[in-house]
Amino acid sequence: MLSVNSNFPEYAVPGAKQLRFEPYADNGGSVVAIAGEDYAVIGADTRLSTGFSIYTREQKKLFKLSDRTVLGATGCWCDTLTLTRLLQARMQMYEHEHNKAMSTPAVAQMLSTMLYYKRFFPYYISNILAGLDADGKGCVYSYDPIGHCERSNYRAGGSAGAQLQPLLDNQIGLKNMQNVTEAPVPKDKALALLKDVFISAAERDIYTGDCIYILVITASGIQEEKFELRKD
Amino acid sequence: MAFMGDVLNPLPLWQNGPTPGSFYNFPGNASLGPVGRTVQDFKAHSANPITTTTTVIGLKFDKGCVIAADTLGSYGSLARFRDCPRVLKVNDLILLGSGGDYADYQYLKDIIEQKIIDEQCIGDGLQLKPKSLHCWLTRVLYNKRSKMDPLWNNYVVAGIQDGEPFLGAVDKLGTAYEDATIATGMGAYMATPLLRDALEKGPLDEESAKALVRKCMEVLFYRDARSFPRYQLGVVTADGVIVEEPVELKHDWTLAHMIQMK
Repeated sequence: MLSVNSNFPEYAVPGAKQLRFEPYADNGGSVVAIAGEDYAVIGADTRLSTGFSIYTREQKKLFKLSDRTVLGATGCWCDTLTLTRLLQARMQMYEHEHNKAMSTPAVAQMLSTMLYYKRFFPYYISNILAGLDADGKGCVYSYDPIGHCERSNYRAGGSAGAQLQPLLDNQIGLKNMQNVTEAPVPKDKALALLKDVFISAAERDIYTGDCIYILVITASGIQEEKFELRKD
Repeated sequence: MAFMGDVLNPLPLWQNGPTPGSFYNFPGNASLGPVGRTVQDFKAHSANPITTTTTVIGLKFDKGCVIAADTLGSYGSLARFRDCPRVLKVNDLILLGSGGDYADYQYLKDIIEQKIIDEQCIGDGLQLKPKSLHCWLTRVLYNKRSKMDPLWNNYVVAGIQDGEPFLGAVDKLGTAYEDATIATGMGAYMATPLLRDALEKGPLDEESAKALVRKCMEVLFYRDARSFPRYQLGVVTADGVIVEEPVELKHDWTLAHMIQMK
């Protein structure tokens, strides 16, 4: 590689500063997922924005990958579109090869591999995968953009992820509390908490708002729910 | 044969110059980017737009969609080309509007038109639908951005998908979404609030949608420094696609006296 400034310092000219093309965009959005004994709930807001303008107020960011697995993805929307499409194609290939639907842990592993495949030009997405595992227990997998994967029972991600996670740690993980006994979270409580948590996020995060779209995954299928947030 | 030297690995003909058969590359002439950019960066073609066009507006109404865009091609701040139509009838179901680099638009327009011709040649009577074109544009633009050689455009796809109006946008990264109102560029700041406000007050019919879009073009002309009073309007309904001839918008600057700058 010939670099003008290092190899020919006498030829180096400052020139006009050019704005380099930026292949990534931050389109905002938050996802929260909570897993219970026999269910998983996942919710994502429906605001798609860039900078100070809102592209649309009704963009669903949850992707039903199978009847027991849902992916929530926020961040760079063009990467999300590409990744989810690839993911759906590979799940279909799996189904045809093995004559069965992919289990949630299998999807979780594949997603990690697919993200790491793009290690040096990553998909700039904060992914949260929720569903039921092979035993029918709720599970939540969270990722970083380059494929680090961790299983947990509750997770917040996206633009308000850092604000919501401590609240979940306290309310579901029962962190920093005294005289409490750990008990599985009932579905109603998880749903109510999910809504509360998004209401707080919409107050403080400009990239979160408008609406939340919630999917409740149980052995009997996936139920949809919509919940209005503030729209300013 | 020692006098011939090493035949298999000859010494270079000369040093510190181009290899035989290639040209000198004077670094002073190269367009220099930030420090550390290589001289022979042949891959970065359209790292910035040249002849640009401004806002495109798209609006859904009860039975179809409207798209509007002015006809100015700007060369930086110079209003250079005054007849750059950029509302395109793709087929009887799709209307396409574009903003951003005009050359990139013309390039993709030729490809789309060829796609339509190829499709007509099959002769099965099937037509490309707006969702398909929208999705196709997403892939084309995303692949170009992944090669760091983007097509510097915003596209607004309007059409009729299985009897229902469709309106979607794609930007230079491949970011795609659907909405009832779309305005790109400066329009995102100035037209979107007007469009969303009108839509919130109730459903629109064709006439009120067209009137609203014309109003937005007027507002944009007053404030967007890269806009132009001559614009085109296209409508798509189940009856087909109509792209109007460019019209001149009536502007009235008498109110300018009322504005007191402090």
